[in-house]
Amino acid sequence: MRQILMTWARPMAARPMTALGIAFLLLIVLFAAASPWIAPFPPDQIDPVNRLLEPGGAHLLGTDHFGRDTFSRVVYGARLALLIGVGVVAFALASGVPIGILSALYPNLGKVLMRMVDVLMSFPSLLLALGLIVILGQGVFNAILAIGLIYLTTTARIVYGVALRLKAEPYVEAARSAGAGPWWIVTRHILPNMISPLLVQASFVFAFAQLGAASLDFLGLGAPPDIPSWGNMLAESRIYITRASWLLQWPGLMIVLTAFSLNLVGDALRDRMDPRFREMVGK
Amino acid sequence: MGRYVIRRTGAAIMTLIAASIVIFAFIHLIPGDPVYVMLGDGATPEQVAALRDRMGLDEPVVVQYLIWAGNALQGDLGQSIFFDTPVTQVIREGAETSILLALITMVWIVAFGVPVGILAAIRQGTVIDQGLSGLAMLLASVPTFWVGLYLILIFAAGLGWFPSSGYPSIFEEGGLANLRYLILPSLALAAPNAALILRLTRASMLDVAREDYVRTARAKGIAPSRVVLRHILRNALLAVVSAFGFTFAALISEAVVTETVFALPGVGRTVVQSILRRDYPVIQGVILIIVCMYLVINLAVDLSYRLLDPRVELE
Repeated sequence: MRQILMTWARPMAARPMTALGIAFLLLIVLFAAASPWIAPFPPDQIDPVNRLLEPGGAHLLGTDHFGRDTFSRVVYGARLALLIGVGVVAFALASGVPIGILSALYPNLGKVLMRMVDVLMSFPSLLLALGLIVILGQGVFNAILAIGLIYLTTTARIVYGVALRLKAEPYVEAARSAGAGPWWIVTRHILPNMISPLLVQASFVFAFAQLGAASLDFLGLGAPPDIPSWGNMLAESRIYITRASWLLQWPGLMIVLTAFSLNLVGDALRDRMDPRFREMVGK
Repeated sequence: MGRYVIRRTGAAIMTLIAASIVIFAFIHLIPGDPVYVMLGDGATPEQVAALRDRMGLDEPVVVQYLIWAGNALQGDLGQSIFFDTPVTQVIREGAETSILLALITMVWIVAFGVPVGILAAIRQGTVIDQGLSGLAMLLASVPTFWVGLYLILIFAAGLGWFPSSGYPSIFEEGGLANLRYLILPSLALAAPNAALILRLTRASMLDVAREDYVRTARAKGIAPSRVVLRHILRNALLAVVSAFGFTFAALISEAVVTETVFALPGVGRTVVQSILRRDYPVIQGVILIIVCMYLVINLAVDLSYRLLDPRVELE
């Protein structure tokens, strides 16, 4: 136990910013898990008498144009932020990893798959997501798919590159000459060695998913308006900003700090990673 | 070189064909009959039949694609359902705003990202470098529309230095002074992209600094400042300049959000409105044009890069 603590504590002490980032992410997880207990009001409780109240008093961060409590909505917004992040990362990995590995193992198939990835990458990312939303319709799940598709491409590219290098390693050659099949090589040799690049990629994807989801929300094409998401809060408060600038402040700060913390964590993980793969991951 | 140009151009054309198939298929992937989806439930049978005929929807899908692609090659991207004008005209109307916005944004990106990236690289490992790299990461974590809203709040609503929304053409009354409408939007759009260029400039400088010829130059006793300027910077900027083309194309699509925040009459805002109006021919047209631009810019960058640095090989 002590040893585990030390291997974690030392790098954290050397990077105080990263430690702060992790602390903030834990706060988000706490917000999401315990929102009903932390939030003083239900996030959708309308109170027309107390609309656009300034921060202070019973409403710690003020109220919006329906009199809904901003702090409560910020707390509940953590739920959607985590859902989007986890969903996009899961989709990007579940699709990008098999595509990348299959392409590396079977060069002929790889030519076709990687060309398809290239085609998807020639679409500007936001327009690709918007196009998919048009086809699938609006909703949280579809937003996850639309943003996930963007990161399918980058994940598949990275996995392809890493898998190609691993495939050329002497121990993989040795396993193959000893008669190991593709399944054995992938599960025993390639995937275990790919964990750290994937972790780095996951933290960056998680970060950019927050910004992508916020953009979709802002355009009115993301989460339905009845869901308290930080992006929706910003979109709704847009016309009141001169009267109630606090509505702009907190949801935006939550998005920025979440993305920033994840980027810090991703950077720290990358620095601790195998230098051979370092240049291949992240942007 | 000749073979490289042919192979690289061929690859770009193949990608364009594949992308055009995706864009064409888009309208058929939308659930339901596209004609009813576009016209709404209140459409008369005559309207339905007319649109069906105009879009050639009764032909086999392959024939439809060939007609669509053939028309696109001749500069005909179809009719907008909402405006009842050619899609090319709708795009042309938004083009001035979008291109000028992207150009002004590029000015900010270059003016900030490159010198600051150079500074971070020269001071590698120091507090300055860490601070600047932290700043870059922070800028990359900020949603552009949030920056935009704050810029409106401070510089338009508060100080009144710049207009908060809209953009009258520079060819109309006001002339070049109308560019002030694009100052705040371009700053918002520049923030995350300047961060990328900053990081790229820094990384590229540090990469080149490890080259043998830099060590040789130092060993010959050339002044450190001259090594940085003549040996490192000139070569490092090659990689940075090649990223400009890529960034410019990305700006046009990222401007979707910025143009919405500032109510600019650009192509990006047209896309969002066309999505809400179910004006699919416009969406298809805009995406096709942007993908074309992206591929052409990337091709031009790759070819000129190869021309400037013959060591670059086709992967």
